[in-house]
Amino acid sequence: MKKKKSLSILKYFFMIIVSFISIFPFLWMIISATNDAREITAVKLTFGTHLVENLRNLFHSDLNFGASLGYSTFIAVITTVLALLISSVAGYGFEIFRSKARDRVFNILLLSMMVPFCALMIPLYRMFGAVGKTGLTGIGLNTLISVIAPYVCTAFLIFFFRQNTKSFPKDILEAARIDGLNETRIFFHMYMPVMKSSYAAGAIITFMSSWNNYLWPLVALQDPQKRTVPLILSAMGSSYTPDYGMIMAGIVIATLPTGFLFFMMQKQFVAGMIGSVK
Amino acid sequence: MNSEQSIAAKQITSDFRTVGGPHGSSRHTLEKKLNRWGWGFVSMSIVLISVFVFFPMIAALIMSFQTGKGVNMHFGGLTNYIRLFHDQTVAKALGNTFIYLIFQVPIMLILALIISVILNDKNLKGRTFFRVAIFLPCITSLVSYSLIMKNIFSNDGIFNQLLSHIGLSPILWTTDSFWAKVLIILSITWRWTGYNMIFYLSGLQGIEPSIYEAAEIDGANSFQKMIHMTVPLLKPIILFTTITSTIGTLQLFDEVQNITKGGPANGTVTISQYIYNLCFKYTPNFGYASAVAFIVVVLIVFLSLIQMKIGGKENQ
Repeated sequence: MKKKKSLSILKYFFMIIVSFISIFPFLWMIISATNDAREITAVKLTFGTHLVENLRNLFHSDLNFGASLGYSTFIAVITTVLALLISSVAGYGFEIFRSKARDRVFNILLLSMMVPFCALMIPLYRMFGAVGKTGLTGIGLNTLISVIAPYVCTAFLIFFFRQNTKSFPKDILEAARIDGLNETRIFFHMYMPVMKSSYAAGAIITFMSSWNNYLWPLVALQDPQKRTVPLILSAMGSSYTPDYGMIMAGIVIATLPTGFLFFMMQKQFVAGMIGSVK
Repeated sequence: MNSEQSIAAKQITSDFRTVGGPHGSSRHTLEKKLNRWGWGFVSMSIVLISVFVFFPMIAALIMSFQTGKGVNMHFGGLTNYIRLFHDQTVAKALGNTFIYLIFQVPIMLILALIISVILNDKNLKGRTFFRVAIFLPCITSLVSYSLIMKNIFSNDGIFNQLLSHIGLSPILWTTDSFWAKVLIILSITWRWTGYNMIFYLSGLQGIEPSIYEAAEIDGANSFQKMIHMTVPLLKPIILFTTITSTIGTLQLFDEVQNITKGGPANGTVTISQYIYNLCFKYTPNFGYASAVAFIVVVLIVFLSLIQMKIGGKENQ
């Protein structure tokens, strides 16, 4: 009995330590966003009065943080909308219209998940460079389209939607077909409304990975005037004398959308992550 | 999963066969029509993945046999691949990646497993709080948390000041090659433990508590239950998290780029980062960079096959 009690105290002790380690960097980030660089170096653990000043520095620096918020939002929203539409159509197609040939194609598409991005970034960079040189300036390097395009259809999302489609009641398909609905109407008017929670979960993961993406925007957007939020933060962090008050304020802003999604939609958030494994 | 897929495939194709009813010809036309719809639905994704993954992949393979600076490239045979074997930075990057793999992945996964077993106990008070707190690092972007870590562990940062406060000498986190690797490992563990915990938790919820009760009656302690029951039961999920963590580690870029820039003296450099430097920091050498990238491709395929084989064998 006594042994059990000491074990449970140990458990709580362990969990409290782990939780503290998990939360502390957030506290440090929020507190530091209200302090100036000197106070941060002096390890001030209380809220300061420099939040407004940090924000002003952030938005008035020549790195143009305000514009980057716009770029990042545009890229993340457009990527999410297109990726959900294209991948759910594909996932639906592979599951509802099953055939041996399409199953084989699906397995080939899945192989693309194993391809590391570092092997793709060079040819993609040259591809967009070549397209830009042909005069189609709207889709070459340094355009928002070049950041969006490689992510509008991923094998991961197709797989995710195919797995989720398995729970879609298939007998209503027959009824709809007998009623004379064509296949696109069935998809838009019956499938999409029923699968709302799958779309929500898919939207969260896609938005988040797009909002946080670093390597491809870093390669595709070489023009310093066109940078997404992670690129700006990274540039600020790698300067010789980083102003951490300003950087932390920037990180707080960069974390707000994903934090908001997490606290508002915890269930779909988790479903989006594990939904494809089950 | 594969067998499950093929079973489902048989079921659905047989469903379609019966749709048309007894009249052979109408059944045939319906099947044909549905088949056309099927290709219509999946065609867009086939085109896009071909254009943005398979075509670039072939282009990278061809490029890896070409030499030259910038855009002036010509066929160079195996030159790039021979150069790989003499490249000190490649050796360093591979060495660092394996250190991250050997230490970081097991530490993180074991920690995640222990945490999720504790969290799965319905009598634990404050479960929701603990779960949310430990998952919280996952909402940060890789760049954001890297910068936070860089600040906390800088030479005069809060962690070192804490150390000197309790009488220990400060650690040169970013200027000492050994501690810089430790810092990278600590950071990645902080960011991803909660992520893996979620997978284990969802797996644990599928296990009947009565199995554990039976083991307790037989006198099994917590450690024995963990090793002999939880781990075997969660095997597929553990395998999945191992594969995803391994693939993630092999492609490590954001953290190293933002915390240490690969330094000191390439002490933390990774393969992805070396590829990036070869293309965009030094005089661009796309051919050689592609050859370096193929190391990662080969490693990912090789490790995934090994892990699937191990998982498959012990499952039987």
